[in-house]
This record gives sequence, C-alpha cells and structure tokens, in this order.
Amino acid sequence: MYEFVSGPLVWIAFIGFFGGLLYQFVTTVRLAKKERVVLPTMSPKFGLRSLLHWVFPFAGVSTRARPFFTLISFAFHICLLVTPLFLMGHAVLWRQSFGLTWWSLPEGVADVMTLVVIFGCLFFVVRRLVQPEVRNVSEPSDFVLALVVLAPFLTGYIAHQQWLPYQTMIIIHIVTGVIWLLAIPWTRLVHMLWFAFTRAYMGSEFGSVRHSRDW
Amino acid sequence: MADLVDIKIIDPGVDDNIAKLTPERIKETINKVLTQETAARLKVYMDTCVHCGLCAEACQSYVSRDKDPDYAPVAKVRDTIWEMVKRKGDVDGEFLHNAARIAFVDCGACRRCSMYCPFGIDISYLIMTVRRIMNLLGVVPQYLQDTTNSHAATMNQMWVQQDDWIDTLMWQEEDAQAELAGTRIPLDKQGADIMYSIIGPEPKILAQLIANMAIIFKAAGADWTMPSTDGWDNSNMAMYSGDFETMGRVERLHWDTASQLKVKRVVMGECGHAYRGAVYDGPRWLGWTKPPIPMVHAVEYYYELIKSGRIKIARKIEEPVTVQDPCNIVRGRGLQDKLRYIVNAICEDFRDMDPRYEHNYCCQAGGGLINCGPPWKLSRMKSNRVKADQIHDTGAHLVITPCHNCHSGIEDIIGHYKLGCHVSFISELLVKTMEMPEA
Repeated sequence: MYEFVSGPLVWIAFIGFFGGLLYQFVTTVRLAKKERVVLPTMSPKFGLRSLLHWVFPFAGVSTRARPFFTLISFAFHICLLVTPLFLMGHAVLWRQSFGLTWWSLPEGVADVMTLVVIFGCLFFVVRRLVQPEVRNVSEPSDFVLALVVLAPFLTGYIAHQQWLPYQTMIIIHIVTGVIWLLAIPWTRLVHMLWFAFTRAYMGSEFGSVRHSRDW
Repeated sequence: MADLVDIKIIDPGVDDNIAKLTPERIKETINKVLTQETAARLKVYMDTCVHCGLCAEACQSYVSRDKDPDYAPVAKVRDTIWEMVKRKGDVDGEFLHNAARIAFVDCGACRRCSMYCPFGIDISYLIMTVRRIMNLLGVVPQYLQDTTNSHAATMNQMWVQQDDWIDTLMWQEEDAQAELAGTRIPLDKQGADIMYSIIGPEPKILAQLIANMAIIFKAAGADWTMPSTDGWDNSNMAMYSGDFETMGRVERLHWDTASQLKVKRVVMGECGHAYRGAVYDGPRWLGWTKPPIPMVHAVEYYYELIKSGRIKIARKIEEPVTVQDPCNIVRGRGLQDKLRYIVNAICEDFRDMDPRYEHNYCCQAGGGLINCGPPWKLSRMKSNRVKADQIHDTGAHLVITPCHNCHSGIEDIIGHYKLGCHVSFISELLVKTMEMPEA
C-alpha cells in the first residue's frame, strides 16, 4: 500500500496538478483573446504595482482595515506554501525521487508552521460560521475545501508526532495530500493560480486606463 | 434578508416585461450572453471567488443597511450571475425581479469593492453583465429605459429636439452676456481648439450651467465651440441599461461630431458617467483602444485654467465646504488632487470627507441608479446613510459635486436625512469667485 501511494499515486498527483494548472492556463488565455479588453489592457508596470501592494501585508487600505485577519491570512498562506516544499521529511523524498537537494526547515519551525496552517483553516471555518456576511454566501463546498486543505497538514502533523500508528497515518497523509493537489486546478483553490492575474488585470485597468490605484 | 419593502417594489419596466417572457426565451437569452458575450473574465471571476466576504465593508449599501449580508457585493453576485450560470439560465420571473432590483438599483458599478477584494475581482463588471442580460430580456426599470429610448431616438438623453437645443444655447448666450459682456456660444466653429460637450439634462433642466461655462471660456479667452447638431450629448444611459448597441451609436456620433469640427480636444462638463462612456466603455465597444481626440474633464480643465492663471480667483467662498469624489473621475481618472486644488483655490474652509479619494463612498445615484426614478428613491436613500454621516461629520454647509449624478444623489440624501446643506457644481462657484475681465 505504502509503495503505491508513495510511488505511482504521487506521480499522478504531480502530473494532475501541473497538467491541470497548465490546462486551465492555456484554455483561459485562449478565452482571454476573445475579449476586447483583457490582453490589450494588461500592463506589466501597473499590474506589478498593484500586486506588490497586495502581496505585502498592510501595504493597502484593505489589509490595514483588518489587521488581525490580515496577519492570520498572510501567515496561513505563507506557511501553506512554504512548509510542504521545505519540510525535512519531504526534502528526503525530493532527493530520493529526483536527486534534488535543497534547504529544509528546522524541525521545530516546521512544526509551528504546520500548526499555523491548521489553526488558519479552523479560523477560516469558524469565521465562515460566525460572520454573517461570510456565512450568507457560504456553500457546503466551502467547508469541504477547507477540509481538503486541512487534512494533509493535520495528518502530517499527527504522523510526525507519532500519536497514531505511523505507517497508517503516512498513507492517509499522502492520500489527502494527493487529493489536495488534484483539487487545486478544478476548484476555487485555483485562486492560487489566478490571484496574480486577476489582481494584475485590475491593477492594469486602474493604473493604465483609469489613472488611479486599486489598493 | 434584503429589505422587504424594496423587494416588493413594482416597476412596470421590470414586472410587466417579466410577465411577457417564456422560460425558453429567458434561458436562451442568458445562455447567449454567457457563451457569446462573456469569456475569460466571467470564468476566472466565477472560479476564483472564495466567498470570503471581504468586499462587504466596501459597499455603501451594506454599511448603510446595518450590515445586512444580502447587500454585500458578493451576495449581489450570488443572487444574480452565479445562479444564472449554475442553473444554466433556468431561472424564473421572481428571480429576475430580484436580480433587476440588485443589478439596477443596489449596485452603482462604482468599483469600490474591487479595491477590497484581495483578488481584484471586477464585481461591477459582473453586475454590468447581469444588466446586459436584463436588457436583452427587455427587463429594465421603466425610467431608465425611457432615457435609453431617448438616446436611441434623438441621440440625447432627454428627448431634446434640435430647435430646442439651439434655442437653449442662444438663450444661455444672452444670459451669459448679462454677466460678462461679449460672451458667445460659438456654434459649429470648424477648427476650434475645444468642442464643449455636455449631458442631456443640462439644456433640459439645468441650462444655466451652459451659461456658466460660456462665461468661464470667455474669461479664459478660450477658442471653443458647440455643435448645433446631434452629437452634443456626451451622456450615455444606454451604457447602464445594458443596451450596448445604443451606447455605441451615441459614442460614435459624439466622436464623429468632434472629428467633423476638427477640434483639438473635447472638454466635457461636470459629469462622471459621461467620462466613462466617452473614454472607456464607448471606445471599447466600438473596438478602439482610446478616443480619437483627447477628452478633458471639466475638473482637469478648471485646474489648468486656475493653475496657469488664465482665470484668477478674486474672492473665496467663506462657508465650510466638502467635496464628493465621483467614482468615474476619481477612481476612474485619478482627478482627486486636481479637484482639491480647485476647491482650495476657491474656498476658504475646505473639509475633506472620511474616507476620501478613491476610497470615498459612492453617491448611490450614478451608475444609472437615480435614473431608475421615483419608485426606487426611498431604497436609494436607505442604501446611503453612510454618505449622510460622512457629510454630517465634516460640518460643511456646502457639498461640491463635480458630477451630475453625485449632485442629484447628494441633494436627495441631504433632503432625506435633513442635513441642511446645499450642493453645488464647481462652475457655479467659479463664476461667483473668479475675476471678471473687462469686456
């Protein structure tokens, strides 16, 4: 079982993840060419100007308006991206599978970062239940997606702490991680891909066409 | 839950026309727009929105209605275009009634929410797509549709006939001459530096604004003209009712007229949406990247005149004033600093609103909202208590509004919330404060 999930299944996950994102990108660029405004409006200068104001916390009015939410949201997303790539346990696998060696996170730091992701997921779920304007537009799928993101981090953490049988937890961890990766291109998690483009488009439109700022 | 009183408002343009629709026609129309008139933006915006609700606080209607979650921009999108996409156009009359209220009256397409959405989703574009669908279904608030009909039939917004138009200009020329001898309103002057274009309501109900501008041009020694023929109106309610074909005709005629007069630039009066129509939406629909002749908004032009000393300020307005940032020239053109330069030049006691600049709240009148007419007025007032609070907090007695929609909308708000202020265009203040040259 472990052989399968850590071998072919992981390949399926990576191929599905990158292939899915590529498919989304190519088909959407083709669609964008049909629009009169999208591609001619895109401006590297104004797109980047806007992006820079949104990838740094507190650089814009919106992120400054909710300091607590901003901190959690930024911490969550940074840990979400960095931890899986630079976890020591994963680094070993990168080397074994692809011969890639790179820097990895100290164990304690990785633990904290994983907890940040877990806490972040729970925070988003609670916020979705408690804040009326968010609850009002929440669908069952929003909760499922939070679970899809939470699962690999929670199971990975449990496996690492060896609170439950290690081998079983690792298998569950890999399976949930695969589900997560495969879900990204086909669900609202695709904002991972589109964030930069939607923001850059709005920044371009505000900057180059409307001579104003969008942050 | 959206306001129950507002949900029940009957508008013949909406409800009588919904009654004539068949399920097939609804489905076919919605799917036509979804497949043929939208592409990457709708898809990406639908896929990317994570329902986080961060746009809520950006909307004046949400804030003004005690944070009723149904007035959050994301909820307005959910109750309109999301459902249309999800149900593949299979929606009923009740849904359309609600969608019409949301798209035409509860959203002014001011784009403030895109500055609070982390992804920069263009929510106003999504709402405009709903309006486009509604227009093709013939479901548009009656008053708004009437202005569109007027554009289609007369090429101006207010059913002004050519003889009335010329007569009004001659009458305003005489009035202006009483203020400043020698003032002219030159008609059809080929090769003038400036064509001055205005919105339909000016000759209809606010004709003195034309005289004001004639006086300003005279004082500045400008070489200007106005067309005697159709094409003088730069306003465009068809843009907001979703009738993009008529929008395109109106803009084409406006630019054709300017081109035939061989002017170097077009200066437009104090209006916001007309700027949007003439500079972005119109040209884009016509397949142009930009207008064929530079368009200068009145605020830019006044700034130029005062800064260069072509008009001089002799006295200042003494009462406390504040200024509304119209979405289409501030969030839509970045004129906030020039606007404040002018206000500071002509007023002694200027007090800014909070928030201000691009972050100022919408007037809840532009974007076609006020044009939906009396059935919806109370709803508009309920949706903009925050503007009343903003004005009240400045302590100003005078609100300067360099946009016709902001002007009328804020006048309504002042009346409804009994703020005891008055509203003024910049041109009205300029003719009071500037130095009149010797004739």
